[in-house]
Amino acid sequence: MIGYALTFGFFAVCLALMLNLWRLVQGPTLMDRVLAVDTMMINAIALIILYGIQQQTTLYFEAALLLAMFGFISTVAYCRFVLRGDVIE
Amino acid sequence: MAFWLELVISLLIVVGGCFVIVGSVGLVKLPDLMSRLHAPTKATTLGVGGALVASMLYFWGIEGKVSIHEVLITAFLFLTAPVTAHFVAKAYLHQHPEKKPELPPTGRPYGWSTYDAPPDGAAGQAANGEEAERKD
Repeated sequence: MIGYALTFGFFAVCLALMLNLWRLVQGPTLMDRVLAVDTMMINAIALIILYGIQQQTTLYFEAALLLAMFGFISTVAYCRFVLRGDVIE
Repeated sequence: MAFWLELVISLLIVVGGCFVIVGSVGLVKLPDLMSRLHAPTKATTLGVGGALVASMLYFWGIEGKVSIHEVLITAFLFLTAPVTAHFVAKAYLHQHPEKKPELPPTGRPYGWSTYDAPPDGAAGQAANGEEAERKD
């Protein structure tokens, strides 16, 4: 039963990634693209977690944690660059 | 693994997947960025939270011990999503000054901090307050 749920989960997350990619390409403003990349990062974390369940290994949690941190830091750095014209003043 | 545990894990994965799709559909369908900001920061975070709780229950089921990694990732995501949303909204307003008349009133003597400078003397008062505290 978990196998079927995982198949649905992979399908859902991949569809969500495609929709985010559409917004990333289409996005009328700059911040739309930043938001799309941030959402893609979070969806990639979900994909890694589901893959870890499928492979029955806890090896990928570090990767998910690193991706969460880099996603947050890159979004904040980009917004700060837009706001102040510089990342570190 | 017990049947009810499998049922709960499958349900959590399916519900999480649905929330992730809802977040991304909202990102595509909603009309402007200030509305679009709601979908990914709330629904997608909840979807990832569902997948993480499912993973935690699954490894508790097959290994018999609770792993703390998922709690760490969940806490980090739930803490950082509002900060990201706030930064994106602030940068968007900063880039689009024509949005200023559309903003609701703040109910204060001074306006939104993205557009208006801090009121006269606010920074000075803070500095004076600190000095007064130091004297005490």
